[in-house]
Order: sequence, then structure tokens, then C-alpha cells
Amino acid sequence: MSHENMNLTLKVWRQKNKDAKGNFETHQVKEVSPDMSFLEMFDVLNERLITEGKDPIAFDHDCREGICGMCSMFIDGRPHGPVKGVTTCQLHMRSFKDGDTVVVEPWRSAAFPVVKDLAVNRSAFDRIIAAGGFVSVNTGNSKDANNILIPKDEADDAFNAAACIGCGACVATCKNGSAMLFVSAKVSQLALLPQGQVERENRVLGMVAQMDEEGFGTCTVTGACEVECPKGISLENIARMNREYVAASAKKKD
Amino acid sequence: MSREHIFKSSLGKKLVMGITGLFLITFLLVHVGCNACIFANDGGVLFNEVAHFMAHNFFIRVMEVVLFAGIFTHAIQALLITLHNKKARPIAYAVTTNKNTKWYSRSMGILGSLLLIFFVVHWANFWVPTKIAVYTNQEHNTFEEMKTVFANPLFVGIYLVGVISLCYHLLHGFPSAFQTLGLNNKKYTPILKKAGAIYAVAVCTLFALMPITMYLGLIK
Amino acid sequence: MASSPKLNSRIPEGPMEHKWTKYRSTVHLINPANKRSLEVIVVGSGLAGASAAASLAEMGYKVKVFCFQDSPRRAHSIAAQGGINAAKNYQNDGDSVYRLFYDTVKGGDYRSREANVHRLSEVSGNIIDQCVAQGVPFAREYGGTLSNRSFGGVLVQRTFYAAGQTGQQLLLGAYSALQRQVGMGAAKLYTRHEMLDVVVIDGKARGIIARDLITGKLERHFGHAVILASGGYGNVFYLSTNAMGCNVTAAWKAHKKGAFFANPCYTQIHPTCIPVSGDHQSKLTLMSESLRNDGRIWVPKKQGDTRKANEIPEEERDYYLERRYPAFGNLVPRDVASRAAKERCDAGYGVGASKMAVYLDFSANMMRYGQIEANKQSLHNPTKEQIRELGMAVVKEKYGNLFDMYKQITNENPYEVPMRIYPAVHYTMGGLWVDYNLMTTVPGLYALGEANFSDHGANRLGASALMQGLADGYFVIPYTISDYLSGEIRTKAIATDNEAFVKTEAEVQERINKLMNVKGTKSVDHFHKALGKIMWNKCGMARNAQGLKEAIEEIKQLRLEFWKNVRVTGEQNEFNPELEKAGRVADFLELGELMCIDALHRNESCGGHFREEYQTTDGEAQRDDDNFAYVAAWEMKEISNWELNKEELKFESIKLAQRNYAS
Repeated sequence: MSHENMNLTLKVWRQKNKDAKGNFETHQVKEVSPDMSFLEMFDVLNERLITEGKDPIAFDHDCREGICGMCSMFIDGRPHGPVKGVTTCQLHMRSFKDGDTVVVEPWRSAAFPVVKDLAVNRSAFDRIIAAGGFVSVNTGNSKDANNILIPKDEADDAFNAAACIGCGACVATCKNGSAMLFVSAKVSQLALLPQGQVERENRVLGMVAQMDEEGFGTCTVTGACEVECPKGISLENIARMNREYVAASAKKKD
Repeated sequence: MSREHIFKSSLGKKLVMGITGLFLITFLLVHVGCNACIFANDGGVLFNEVAHFMAHNFFIRVMEVVLFAGIFTHAIQALLITLHNKKARPIAYAVTTNKNTKWYSRSMGILGSLLLIFFVVHWANFWVPTKIAVYTNQEHNTFEEMKTVFANPLFVGIYLVGVISLCYHLLHGFPSAFQTLGLNNKKYTPILKKAGAIYAVAVCTLFALMPITMYLGLIK
Repeated sequence: MASSPKLNSRIPEGPMEHKWTKYRSTVHLINPANKRSLEVIVVGSGLAGASAAASLAEMGYKVKVFCFQDSPRRAHSIAAQGGINAAKNYQNDGDSVYRLFYDTVKGGDYRSREANVHRLSEVSGNIIDQCVAQGVPFAREYGGTLSNRSFGGVLVQRTFYAAGQTGQQLLLGAYSALQRQVGMGAAKLYTRHEMLDVVVIDGKARGIIARDLITGKLERHFGHAVILASGGYGNVFYLSTNAMGCNVTAAWKAHKKGAFFANPCYTQIHPTCIPVSGDHQSKLTLMSESLRNDGRIWVPKKQGDTRKANEIPEEERDYYLERRYPAFGNLVPRDVASRAAKERCDAGYGVGASKMAVYLDFSANMMRYGQIEANKQSLHNPTKEQIRELGMAVVKEKYGNLFDMYKQITNENPYEVPMRIYPAVHYTMGGLWVDYNLMTTVPGLYALGEANFSDHGANRLGASALMQGLADGYFVIPYTISDYLSGEIRTKAIATDNEAFVKTEAEVQERINKLMNVKGTKSVDHFHKALGKIMWNKCGMARNAQGLKEAIEEIKQLRLEFWKNVRVTGEQNEFNPELEKAGRVADFLELGELMCIDALHRNESCGGHFREEYQTTDGEAQRDDDNFAYVAAWEMKEISNWELNKEELKFESIKLAQRNYAS
């Protein structure tokens, strides 16, 4: 709050659609308030582009409070930018300095084709969830919620895994474009809870198969995903998924 | 989903990497143990006895085949995984950071390739002559051979590069193998990580000391 | 007063506590084979939409789900923080279905329909059971049972929560259930699709026109019934806690096709939001109401006090909610807390740079928790600093993510200094008028969740939105829709080359052309901000007849200006967020006028609708039950011309009374 407004140079990826060839475009943004969010800085730039009769930069965003997982900018080599534990919408300009040049790219992954400019298609994640990321319980025939007691620690661990917002930063930052952190967070959440036990094996096998089909890369345990995850999802989940997968493969009848 | 499928999936491929990796880690322990016999500094008597035993024991001979299978499986799987991973990001970023990962974790492929090149030199130096000796029923003094090779500063240099590559390969590979096999635990994983680091540094220091001490003439 | 003949609320006969049970046992059923040939369209994938789509697909209907986001999991229900109410009485503190029902009707300032609210209370417990079975990781006690906390306007602990991310966890539960159906092929997903009109054939809703937001192509989709679960319209104010994409378009198109819009003026202004920091502000961020469990709200006793919060001694602080409402203290309902904050700031007691904020202070409770922890750990004579540390850990566990978010946005550490908060638009109680079946005045067209008006009256209690969304989707619509669809089993799927589809699509296309062809000079956001300003100043936390009349004229002018001078960049046959926004703002410009008309006609104050002319001597809202105990359902004749239809609210189980949170 104490520091002054700043001027920045933005190098932004522009790409008309999925099939078009993209390129970087350079923009000067002046009088940026440190209290602005990164996306509000883009709002200001877009407002100017519109006034100049140019096509504004397309980017995904919705809740702007760090929970919907829609915003997705790769800023200076890092998904959601330089600050740990925040999404792009919660990144504030006070994290930058006057005169900085900031390079903004879309998530780059074969499984996340570019829709336009900085917006990508992440429906691969939906299909992975559809392949097993659920408990098969129909509406209306559940027992009283307190019927099964769950130790607080386990509930907390499950919650920590469930905190994933599905933004795809893990895929974006992984040098292998692997989705293991995302997939393992859901596998872990349900593997930790008694409600998830019945389908435990089918779940991990189905989700991993779908993950592979979508064209994500393979985890090589660099740990980048854990560092960049805005919700602090732990690498432990990946280990747990590996374990689940081995156990499920061994047990599963062909 | 069939059981064979497990090795075709991305997780399965990694599993193979982890299992072969751990196997190779175990082998290194045996290897470094045998070689460390030179530090007895008895003119190679103890070392040559061990070397002879290793070269003629049936079980060890079988394990040798398994070992080569392990190395090549490890390397080929790594290559396949790398190719697959390249496809997962067809367009590279203009800017990337190195702040969120260790350089050696990102460079396992390069470290592995260096190791493979090193192995070729290493096999040419020791393994091939030993084999020839065994199959032609000649006496073979590996200790003397070491002395000859490590008198050459070029080989000493190559071995040091190889050993350093190995060290960093292990620093990542050791804990990573446990992670891949799903063997993690809040309490024990931190201990395991430390043990891995100690293992990598200790084994590689021992290996590195061999060419160095021989070159300097400390081992006679 | 009698209800308008156009409004049949279809409330089942019989005593309140038996209505729903009886309804469920007697509603028409549809055999499984017939369900397979009945198609249902669900617009919106939040709690109401996702739970409805999943449940209906499970039952065997063919379901199509539409959302404008890139995934159903992004719907704004995800941002709900605090919790979900249910009358489980797990805390043994005297809760019951009746008490939840009573609290909700009273909290809504006696402007909701009793039968709907009672049903909501009845099914509230099932929701928790259902969610737990899905693997929703609610907070738990050490003994393994579910944990509860309190929310505003109630004296029991009935709120279930998952840290400060309850909405996220519930939505992911519903989303998982939906994805399971998608995986099985029972439901089909249309993401990045926006509904742009309802297709009505022979007076019945038979489908929608949707725009594929990536290709820009218009699509026709048939459904035997259409369910709108498209959320609220708080973004009419431009600045609100809603997501950027939240809009009224789906509901508004339905309104223009004959669905009455009820109580549009009932807007919830949430008391605890992070204050506006500058002109660049694009949205406001809520700090969960659950914080009022442990945060005390205060302002300095001295006007224009410029000292830092920590420098103001205890006796010079005015804990105005505790002072004015001793019984409920900081946990008065939202409308009451918001107005009290506005009153203090307007009177010159505000804090922070803008002076438009009050403090939410955790220090007292941090010390209290610290002391409890110290006792638990058998620490004898702990220092003040130790106690604070221990207390901080407890607060962190409860609200950590909210505190982090606050720090990220304001650059102030709320563990050290009190939060600064100010009210902001948060939720809209008004919405499409629906009957007991949740059907609008267009047969076959349903509205669920925030998109309808039914359960919260003039003010919604905290943690009740999640409850209502899931109640509607999981436990109400699966029964009530069969009342209608049982009559449709002979209706074959209508081909989308039907004349009505063609005509509606042409109308949608024409409107898009019109937007693209204005080619003016001002951006869409320019108009949106201007509208927001009018609405906030004249139809916001406090309204008066004069201001509302002005607002109506100003909105009409702004609308004219919009259609003359808006600039929509890009093409229509591509991904074009500007075009999407333009369509939504055009609808807001029509809705805003209706909100003001509704606010102007309602000559009383109730809940979120506070007319300055109608207040008690101590500044509380003054209802006029004799003249306004009705739902105002507006029928659109043409733009700027609405006809009022009244649904009389009969209170059989609860006696109408002035709300009192002081004793």
C-alpha cells in the first residue's frame, strides 16, 4: 500500500483459436496500482484495447477469490505467478516492481488445448473425474451422517486433499505435463474416507487409465507441482495413489 | 484392466523405473563393498580374492544377467517415458523457472545418459577383460588392471564425472523410487530421505576415492 | 387480500408438518421405461443444478447440463465459505425441524412461503447424510462426530462446515455425482455454453437456444422440461461478491417468455466484506459470516478517530452490535448487521482510509481460546504471549484460509490488527416466481436455488443458501418434476427444426447482430459500472421513493445509451468474452429497472429491502403486514411495462411479529 503506482511491460501470448499459430504481443501498462489484482491489471489493459478498437486479451477467470480454479495464467515461468499459495486472481500487483517486464503465457499441455489467447480447455479433468472420482451413492438412501465416525485426523487429511480447485497449475508447471497431483488428490480424498472404500480399486484404475488417455505426461517426482499448487496439495497424495494403484492392480480380477 | 496392463500405463512404467532403480541401488552397495577391499592396501590380495569369487560364483553370474537386464530396462523405460513426456507438452514455454525444483531432479535424463556413456568406458576397462579371462581360463589380476587404468588422468577424470553424475542421480532416484512405489509415511519418509542422501554421498565418495587414491599412488 | 388468479402456488392441503410427506406419497410416478424417453435440460451447474442433474439422471431421465464455465465445478456455489444448516440437533441444544423453519421464516422477515420453508427444514438433515455418503469431508470432532458452529440470526449450533470452504466441498460432491452420471452416459455435459432463450411450444417450455461460447454457434436443444439453476443477479450492482460471470440472463430470458419475476428488490447486503480499495476494483470479497462467531465488531466512540485500532483503548470502543442487540450480539442477521455498519459509517465513525469500514476484531476470542488451550495442555501461569500464540493456532485452524485471503488482498495481517470490513451485495432473495413444485408460471419451466424466490423471504440467513440449493436439487425436484412429466409420457421428443425452435433461434441471432452492430465507443464494462453505481446508490442498502424514481429514469437513459453507443469487439463466431458480457449487461439494464419499480412499490421495510421512509424510531425496519404480506410477482408485458401479481402470504404455523434480536 505504501508504494507508488508503477509502469510495466507485458508480453502476452495471443492466439486466435485452437488451431491458429500464436505469438507474443507487447503492451505497456501505465499507472498500475499496487492494490490491483493481476487480473484487474488485465481489465485495465483490455479496457484500453477496446477503446483503441483492438481485440481484448481473452483469459479465463470467474470467482476472483481463489476458489473456482478458473483463472490460469503462466506468469514469468510460474503458474499463477511468483507468490506461493495464491491463484492468479489473488496475485496482487504489489508483488511486482516499477519497470518490470512480465511474460504471460497460457497453460501449455497437449491435454489443455488453447481456446483463445490465455484461455485453455481443461475438460480433460472432468473426464478423469467421470472415470471414477466419485462415490457411487444415489440420492436419497444414505444413513445418518453420524453413523460412521471418522477420526479427526483422517477427516482433515481427506479435506486437505479435497481442497484441490482443479486449476491445472500442477500440469502447467510440471516439466512432463503430468496431472498426477490433480488425480491423486481425488484418489486420496476418497481412499482416506470410509465412504470411498467400496470402489477404491476401480476408482484408481479408472482414473489413471483416463489420465493416460488424455495425453498427460508421467510423474518424475520433481516436486514442482507441490510447490506451485495454490492450495498446497501435497506430493504425499501421489505416493498414496501409486500405492493404491499397485494394490488395486494386484488384487483386481481380470 | 488386466494385470499386464499395469506395465503399460504411465504409473506402471514408473513402477518399473522404481523397482529397477532400487535393484540397481542394492547392486551398488555390493559393488562398492567389493571395491572398497582395495583400501585394505594389501597389494590387492583381498580385492583380487573377492573379484575372483564374484567372477566364478554361479549365483553371481545369474545376477549379472539380471543386472544388465535391470540397467537396460531402466534406461529404455526412461527413454520411453521421456519421449511420452515430450509429447505431453508440444509447445514449450518461452519462460520457465528453476525456483521450484532441484536441478538434478529436472536432469535425470542427462545424468542417466552420462552414466550410460560412463558405463561403456567402465565395461571396456574392466568387465570385458575379466570376461575374456574367465572364458579363456586365464589368470586375471583386476587390481593391477585398476592401477593401470587409474594411472591415466583422462580415465580418472571420466570416472570422477561418472561418479558425480551417479551421486546426483541417486540423490533424486533414491527417495523418488520410494515415492513411486507408494512407500511413504509421514513419520518415516523424512528419515528415508536423509538416509538416501547419506547413501548417495557415501557410496559415491567411496567410488571416487578409488581412482583418486590410485592415481595419487596412495594404494599400492 | 387475495392472490392473483394467475398464481397458483399449489401448496398441498393439510397440516404444515404433513404437507410434504403427503405430497411425496401421492405425487404421480413415472415408470422407469418411460423415464428413459423423457429429456430434461438443466441450465447451471452449481449446487442446485448439479444436484438436480445428478439425481434426475440417477432416476433414469435423459439429462443435458449447460454451464458457461469451462467445467461444472467452477459454478459460484464453490465460493460459499461458512457452512450449511441442518436441523440435526447433534449438539443437543434444542434444535428441531420446527426451529429451523421458524428461524428461517423470521430471518426472512416474514416474507417467505411457509410451506416451502417447512419442506426445506424437513429435508435439511437428509442433505448432510447425502453429502457425507458422497465423501464430503466435513469438519469433525476428536470423537469422530460431525462438528457444528453458529451463524447469524439463530441461537443454536446447526451449521455444518468444511473449514472456510464448505461450498467448494459440497459442490465437488454434487459435481462428482454428476460426473458419475456423465461417465455412464446418463447425463450429457455442455460446458462453455450459455443459454440465450427458452423455447416455448403451445405454452410449455420445450427447450433452449444455447450459444457454444468457443465457436459462437447457436444450438437448439429439446427437453420435455427445462430447469433453470442459474443463480442470482447480484452482479446488477457491478461490484458484488458474485463471480464475474454470474448473470441474470437465463432467468431474464425466461421472464421475457412469460415466467413471472418475484420480489426482485430483495437484495442481501452481506455485512462482512473487504472494503473497496480503488476504482480498478472488479469484485468484492466476502469474509465468511462464521467469522462473527469469534470476531467482535466495533468502531471508535469518537467520530473521525484517526488512531490505529490497537491504540484505541477498550473503553473508547463502541461494540455497537453488542450494545444494540444484547441477545444476539455480533450474530444478528445479515440485514441488521449491514444496516448498523452503514449507520455508524454514515454518522462519521468509520475506520480505515476511506472511512467506509468497521473493525472485526479477533483479539478477545484469541485470548479466550488460548486460555482454554493452556488449560488443556496443563500450562500453569502461561504468559500473555503464550496464550496469544495458542489462541492464534485455534483461530488459524478455524479460519486460516480466510485470514490468508484477507492478508493477500489488503496486505494487512489480521492476526495482528483487526480486519476492516464493510457490507457488500452478496445474494438475491428475489428470483423467478415458482410454485410448491418449483415450477415457474411457464409450464415445464422450473427454477431452483438462488434463481427462484421461494425460501428466504426478504432476507436469507447465513448457511441457508447451500441448504436450499441442495434441497431443491437432491430432494425436491426429483419428486415434483414427476408431477408434470407424468403428463408428458406421450409427448415424443420434438425435432429441433420445429418452427418455434427456428423462430427463437432467429430472435437470439438478431439480438446478437444488434449488439455487434452498435459499434459505439464505450466498453461494456463502462455501462455495467454506471448501472452498478445507480443501483448501489439508489437501490442498495437503503432506498427512498425519490431516489428510486430517479434511478428508474437514469436506468432507462443508460439503456438507451447502451444500445446506441456500446462497443463489442471481436467476431460473433469465435470465443468472445466481450460479446458474452454485452448480452448479460443488456439484461441487467432491464432487470435494474424492475428492481427499482419493485422497491418503489413496496412501501414498507423488510429484510434486505430498507425504505428510509419506513423505519421505527430506533432505526429498525418497519414492516407493513396489512398491506404488503405478499409476494410481488411481476409479469413482463414489454420493456418498462410490468404487471404486478400478488401471491398472498398466509402464516398458519408462525405468528407474524416484529423481528426482535435485542432480547
